Amino acid sequence: MADYSLNINNQTYNVEIKEETTLLWVLREHLGLTGTKYGCGIALCGSCTVHVDGKPMRSCTLPISSLKKDQKITTIEGLSPNGDHEIQKAWIEAQAPQCGYCQSGQIMQAAALLAENPSPTREEIKIYMNGNLCRCGTYLRIVKAIEIAAEKTSQKP
Amino acid sequence: MNKAVSRREFLKTSGGVALFIGVSGILPQMISCKNKKEVQGIIQKHPLTAWVQLTDDGRIIIFNPAAEMGQGSMTSLPAIFAEEMDADWSMVSVEFSPQESDIYGSDKWSPNQKVMLSAGSRITYGYYSIMRQAGAQARYILMHSAAEHWKVPLAELSTANGEVIDNQAGKRISYGDLIPYLVMPDNLPEFSESDFKDPKNYRFIGIDQPRVDIPEKVMGTAQFAIDIQLPQMLYGVLERGKVHGASPTLNNESEILSLDGVVKLVRFDYAIGIIAETIDQALAAKKLLNISWSEALSSGFNSQECYKKYEKIASDKATGKVIIDEGDIKSAIKSADQNFTADFKNDYVYHAQMEPLNSVVQVGADGKSAEVWVGSQQGFDSKLGIPKYLGIPAENVKINLQYLGGGFGRRSMTDFVLEGTGLAREVAPRPVKLIWTREDDVSYGAYRPLTLQRLRAAADAQGNITGFSHCVVGDGGNLVASGIRIDYYDIPNIYAEWREVSEGIRLKHWRSVGHGPNKFAIECMIDEIAAYFKKDPADLRRKLLAKSPRALATLEKAIAISDWGSAIDANRAKGIAFLERSGTLSTGVCEISVDRTTGKITVHHFWSANDAGIVIQPDNVKAQMEGGIIMGISSVLKEQLTIVNGKVQQSNFSDYQILRIEDIPDSIETAIIESKEPPRGVGESGTPLVACAIANAFLKLTGKPLRHLPFTPERVLNVLNT
Repeated sequence: MADYSLNINNQTYNVEIKEETTLLWVLREHLGLTGTKYGCGIALCGSCTVHVDGKPMRSCTLPISSLKKDQKITTIEGLSPNGDHEIQKAWIEAQAPQCGYCQSGQIMQAAALLAENPSPTREEIKIYMNGNLCRCGTYLRIVKAIEIAAEKTSQKP
Repeated sequence: MNKAVSRREFLKTSGGVALFIGVSGILPQMISCKNKKEVQGIIQKHPLTAWVQLTDDGRIIIFNPAAEMGQGSMTSLPAIFAEEMDADWSMVSVEFSPQESDIYGSDKWSPNQKVMLSAGSRITYGYYSIMRQAGAQARYILMHSAAEHWKVPLAELSTANGEVIDNQAGKRISYGDLIPYLVMPDNLPEFSESDFKDPKNYRFIGIDQPRVDIPEKVMGTAQFAIDIQLPQMLYGVLERGKVHGASPTLNNESEILSLDGVVKLVRFDYAIGIIAETIDQALAAKKLLNISWSEALSSGFNSQECYKKYEKIASDKATGKVIIDEGDIKSAIKSADQNFTADFKNDYVYHAQMEPLNSVVQVGADGKSAEVWVGSQQGFDSKLGIPKYLGIPAENVKINLQYLGGGFGRRSMTDFVLEGTGLAREVAPRPVKLIWTREDDVSYGAYRPLTLQRLRAAADAQGNITGFSHCVVGDGGNLVASGIRIDYYDIPNIYAEWREVSEGIRLKHWRSVGHGPNKFAIECMIDEIAAYFKKDPADLRRKLLAKSPRALATLEKAIAISDWGSAIDANRAKGIAFLERSGTLSTGVCEISVDRTTGKITVHHFWSANDAGIVIQPDNVKAQMEGGIIMGISSVLKEQLTIVNGKVQQSNFSDYQILRIEDIPDSIETAIIESKEPPRGVGESGTPLVACAIANAFLKLTGKPLRHLPFTPERVLNVLNT
């Protein structure tokens, strides 16, 4: 057991926990930030995607001990103040989610994509989003939502 | 209007809740009841006794009796209700109804029994008339109350967008403002078709409303059962065998019990359960379990070798259970100018819903009550088997339905609910969150059955199909027989039977059930016949569907939107298929190409035309078709669950791969045929179109039939090289 101080969504959280515990379980079951989902536990489905210093990471394979104290963790709860990130608005416009379970991870991955590449091509979208599974088959609408958000973002002065 | 219930009774309660309006069952009981105390008792026992609640702030809460697993019930069923209530949609919010089937059940699953079950694409069909009736009654009560308040005849009043209007007096009042004046009418009428709103005035039915569950799913606040956190909650995991039904002997109980945080071990017939203080402690202990497993029925079973046995069974003289026997199949085959025969096969597939199974259960300290948080497709027992499991009365079990992170049939089982209950009973009254790992979910799944299907067809010299015979060999009754009917095709002699085998593998409905494999076999056979006679497969179907105008209309529409018959890239081909699923008629067309060096099939476009009766939310129908087709492509090109010596060979998305975004088609186009018939289901219509449409396109492109699902690159190469 060890003490960890985590910066999550610009808030400090302190947990005492075993070193090998993954960030996913810390977020969900110890801190109650349940927007980040458990899907496979081996970084193959992307449901658990969060940002660590702005980069999309699979929290299910990230031991808590691997995080540095000053690293900034962002979860779906902290992506935008009122769920009004351009990606989230586009997701609603495209009516993308079905069951919704994978969507937090999809949205975090997509937000990271647009931060890196504000005007991705369809091919670039598919490559960047390929690690995020959706069993309901909402992929076409996910692509559409990202294209909507990219267009809106690029129109901004 | 007819059939009235009598006795005036106020139905106001305190605490902001102003009115419950019901359609049948409890409400007439209350209204007809002369004993005020008894009425109070009923209200207390069923705090929400009906379909809508008006609140003091003018909100209209409509109760959804169905599970929401992405199919849009949270929007489509309330839209039907709001239409007849003439509600202001901006004031509507939606909540899950309590799991009380005598109030919220539908009799469309089983006659004379009210059931809450979100399966078989039947909730729109099952609740359409109930929601219309209840919505119309709600509107009637509001109009009646306004009439009493204004002291005018009800006939002089009308409604519009959440207001009752007196045109003569130029007065209007919102539904919310009517709360202080609400009175129950002496007679609560049952409305009939002529009383309902004229469809030309519809504001919600057939007109897209944004789905009510989407904003919270985009913010990460939508609550699934796995997200539930309760005070004092413990965590549970189970280790189940790789051989279904094997029973465990734990060899290191004291070691496990001594681990950090482990609270208790619980033995199940087929598993060892661990209860621990935290999820990480439970998972750490699960990894250290040392278990010896017994043999089981499936020991020795090899899923890829059993087809030889199934072929023998199909050839056997003894018949199985006859499902269809119309005309005289034997003479049709005997007198045919040309006979066709082919075997089709399909391997097991797994549900792979993204939210692994889980439940949160709290059993009362005395063991006499239970509260459950679960994502369930519900069931014939809306209390999910818990009363029987715990030996307690049904009214002592409260089910709190949560969003489902995918269902696809898997969540219509109760194994994960009863396991949670079994754990919680041991530590009552502390609640337990049971989580299946993905590995548990894969290896102790309940799969779509593996089958072999022997098809025989007879044709005359002109290529008219005169007989069609279908023998399915597999385990699971309707799980393998659904979709074997070909009622829409004009074929004089039809025969179908099921020959049972039993392998001890857990099986369950998987999106579209037997339709996937059966329609694959049937529709491919039609194309093989068309190819033999050098006929266009769309033309052949046009002839077969000549006497089924609704079905034919879907074919013609699909032909039109897919530009069937027009020239395309020589490396591509289109395939077509028609089917009925859950009452919806669909024709699908896909366009594929094949990489002849790797064997990889790519689906470029998919079109479908569908007659689903009255469509409540068109964009939602499109979303269901898109999702169903993507899941179909996934299962057809990639998914294969195999068993060696009884052991499931796959464990996670590493070895059970589902379709990723890189492999989606460029487009999926969905046409909806306008209809005045009652609504039917579309959740499962897309999926079974895929195998046959792809195989038929492949046949056209290469001249070779694909007859074994899935069409993995290795199998495709094998077919190309033979």
